[in-house]
Amino acid sequence: MGRIELKGISKFFKDEEVIKNLDLTIRDGSFTVLVGPSGCGKSTTLRMIAGLDEQTKGEIWIDDKCVNGVPPGDRDVAMVFQNYALYPTMNVYDNIEFGLINRKVPKKEREKLIKDIAEIVGLSDYMKKKPEMLSGGQRQRVALARAMVKKPQVFILDEPLSNLDAKLRHQMRTELIQLHERLGTTFVYVTHDQVEAMSMGDEIVIMNKGVIQQAASPMTLYNDPANVFAAQFIGTPAMNILPSQELQLPSAQGKRHDIASFGFRPEHALFHAPAAIEGLRLDGMVLTRESLGAENIYQIQSSLGMFSVKTFLEPLTSDTLVTVTVPYERLYYFNSEGQRLRQVEVRRGEEIGTAQAPELVSVGGGL
Amino acid sequence: MTSRLWEKLKPYGMISPSLAVFGIFFIYPIFYMIYLSFFDWNFVSPTKNYVGLQNFTDLLSDKEFMQVLLNTTIYTFATVSLTLSISLAIALWLNRSGLFYGFVQGAIFSPHIISLVSISLLWSWLMDPEYGLLNWVIGLFGLSPLQWLSHPDTSLMSLILVAVWKGIGFNTLVFIAGLQSIPPSIYEAAALDRSKRWRTFRKLTLPMLSPTLFFLAIMSMIGSFQVFETIAIMTQGGPVNSTNTLVYYIYEYGFRFFKIGYASAAGVMLLIIVGVLTIIYFRMLSKRVHYR
Repeated sequence: MGRIELKGISKFFKDEEVIKNLDLTIRDGSFTVLVGPSGCGKSTTLRMIAGLDEQTKGEIWIDDKCVNGVPPGDRDVAMVFQNYALYPTMNVYDNIEFGLINRKVPKKEREKLIKDIAEIVGLSDYMKKKPEMLSGGQRQRVALARAMVKKPQVFILDEPLSNLDAKLRHQMRTELIQLHERLGTTFVYVTHDQVEAMSMGDEIVIMNKGVIQQAASPMTLYNDPANVFAAQFIGTPAMNILPSQELQLPSAQGKRHDIASFGFRPEHALFHAPAAIEGLRLDGMVLTRESLGAENIYQIQSSLGMFSVKTFLEPLTSDTLVTVTVPYERLYYFNSEGQRLRQVEVRRGEEIGTAQAPELVSVGGGL
Repeated sequence: MTSRLWEKLKPYGMISPSLAVFGIFFIYPIFYMIYLSFFDWNFVSPTKNYVGLQNFTDLLSDKEFMQVLLNTTIYTFATVSLTLSISLAIALWLNRSGLFYGFVQGAIFSPHIISLVSISLLWSWLMDPEYGLLNWVIGLFGLSPLQWLSHPDTSLMSLILVAVWKGIGFNTLVFIAGLQSIPPSIYEAAALDRSKRWRTFRKLTLPMLSPTLFFLAIMSMIGSFQVFETIAIMTQGGPVNSTNTLVYYIYEYGFRFFKIGYASAAGVMLLIIVGVLTIIYFRMLSKRVHYR
C-alpha cells in the first residue's frame, strides 16, 4: 500500500553532504514524523521521497517499486507544502481539479470527487473563491483537499502548520490526526516542533546533521532515548545533561565504563524528597522561577552546572538554596560520544563529582 | 496658530519645485497644444486665426493622415507582438542561474542602453542595399538581396526589425523578473499534480505573468505610437510615405511646414490614442490580472 524504504541514501549539495547514508523504513499506514533542528536534512529527505530532489546515492522504494528517476507525478504521492503552494490564479475548485484533469479523470467523476472532498474539509461554500480571499486555515484545507483528492498511497506534509497561529495550529493538529485515522494512508510529516511530533506521530524519526539519531514511537523516545541529542530534543524543558568526568567506573567484568555525562528529566527531580527515596542529591541555588499555573519550572545552579526542575501542582517554592533529589532509576548515562549507556545503574554514590567514588552496583550490556 | 498653518503648508512647499517643473513642462504644453489646435498659425506671425474644428476636419479627410495612422498601427502591433513573444521565449530560456545565462542576459540588454541615433545610423549601414552586411548574409544563403529601407514594401518591416532588436533586452529583463517572482513551490505542486510542461506554462506561468505581460504590452504600445528617432534618421517617412508615422507627421507639419495648428490637432489625436490605451491598461490591471 504505502510502505517507503530508503536504502543508503546520500545527498550532496555541491560538496556538502547534507544526508549521510540514510536507511529508513516507513511503515505502511503509519504517521511518521521527521523532526529535527533546521538544516538537519528532514525536508530534503521528504523532497527526495516526493521526487522533487534527486538523491546523490542510494535507492528509494515505495512498496515494491524502486522510484529512482520516477517523476514526482508518477510516484503516487501527494504533498502539502509549508506555504501551501496553491495556484493563485485559480479558484478553489480549479485548484483541486487541476491534478485530476492531468490524470484524465472523467468530468462526472471529477465533480463527484471534488464535492465529496469539499465536504470533508468543510470548503463547500468557498469553491468559487480565489486563494487570496481565504484565511490561512482555509488555504491549508484547500492544500489538503488538493492532496487528498488524488487518493495517493503516501501523504507528504512539509511543516504544514508552521504558518498558522497557535490556536488554529492546535485545531489542525487534531484534524490531521483524525484524517489519518480515517484514510489509513501513510503520512510522512516534517516539523521542527517536537511537541507537534510527539502529539501527532506514531513513529518519530529524530534527525540531526543528516543522520538519524533515533527512530521510535513517542513514548520510547521519551523513556528510552538513544543518545544525548534525542534525549534533549524531546521534552520541555529539555533533559538536563550534567558532566561526570570523575565517574570512571570499573565494570563487573573488570572493563571500565566510559560515562561522560548523566542526565535526568526536569519533571523527575524532586524537592523535599522523603528520605526513603534513594537517589542522587544535588545542592543548588535557584536562579529563576517560572510559574505556568499547573506547573512550575526552576533554573538551578549547582556545582556540576545549571539544570532545570519541573514540578506539578505544587506551590512555588521560595527557597533560594535547595536540595534536589533524582531517584537513581530516573538517571540516564551517556558515553563521551553522547551515546546512551543502558543497564548501568549507580547507587550509594553521595554526589557525583565528589572525591568519594560512587559504587557500581549492577552492570548489564554496554550500549 | 501660525505653527499649525506652517505644518499644513510645509508638504506643499516641499513638493512645489517638482510641481513647478511638472506644470511648466508637462501640463502647460498639453493645454497649449489643445488651444493651438483650434487656430491657424505659422509660429512667427503675431496673429493667430481662430478656425474652430477646421484643423480636425482637414486632418480626418486627409488621405496622407490616414496612411500615417495605418502605418503607425501596423508598426505598433507588429513591434509589440514580436517583441513580447520573442522576449518571453528568451526569458523562459534565460531564467536560470549560471555564468553563461548571466552573460547572455547582459548581452541581450545592451541595445537598450545605446542611444537611438547610434542604433539608427548603425542599422542604416547594415541595411544598405549595395554594401550592407544584411544583404551579404542573405547572399550567402543564395537569396536575392532586399531593398530594405529604400523600397515601400520593405521599409516599414525594416524599421520594425530595428525596434524589436532594441526592445527585446529590456522586455526580457522585466519578464525574467516576473518569472522569478513566481514561487518555485507552485511548479513543484504542478509536478506532483502530473502537469505537463506546456500545460504548466499555459495554466500557471502565463496567468501569473499576466501583470508583467500587460505592463510591457501597454508600455511598448505607447512607446511605439510615439516612434520618431529611427524614422527621422533612417527614412524621413519615405519612401512614398510608407514609413510616415504619427509623431514624424506632427514634426513635419509643425517644424518643417510651420502649420502649427494643424500639427497640434494631430498631437491631440495622439494624446487621445495614448490616453485610451492607458485607460485600458488600468482597467485591465484592476480587473483581469489581479491576484496574489
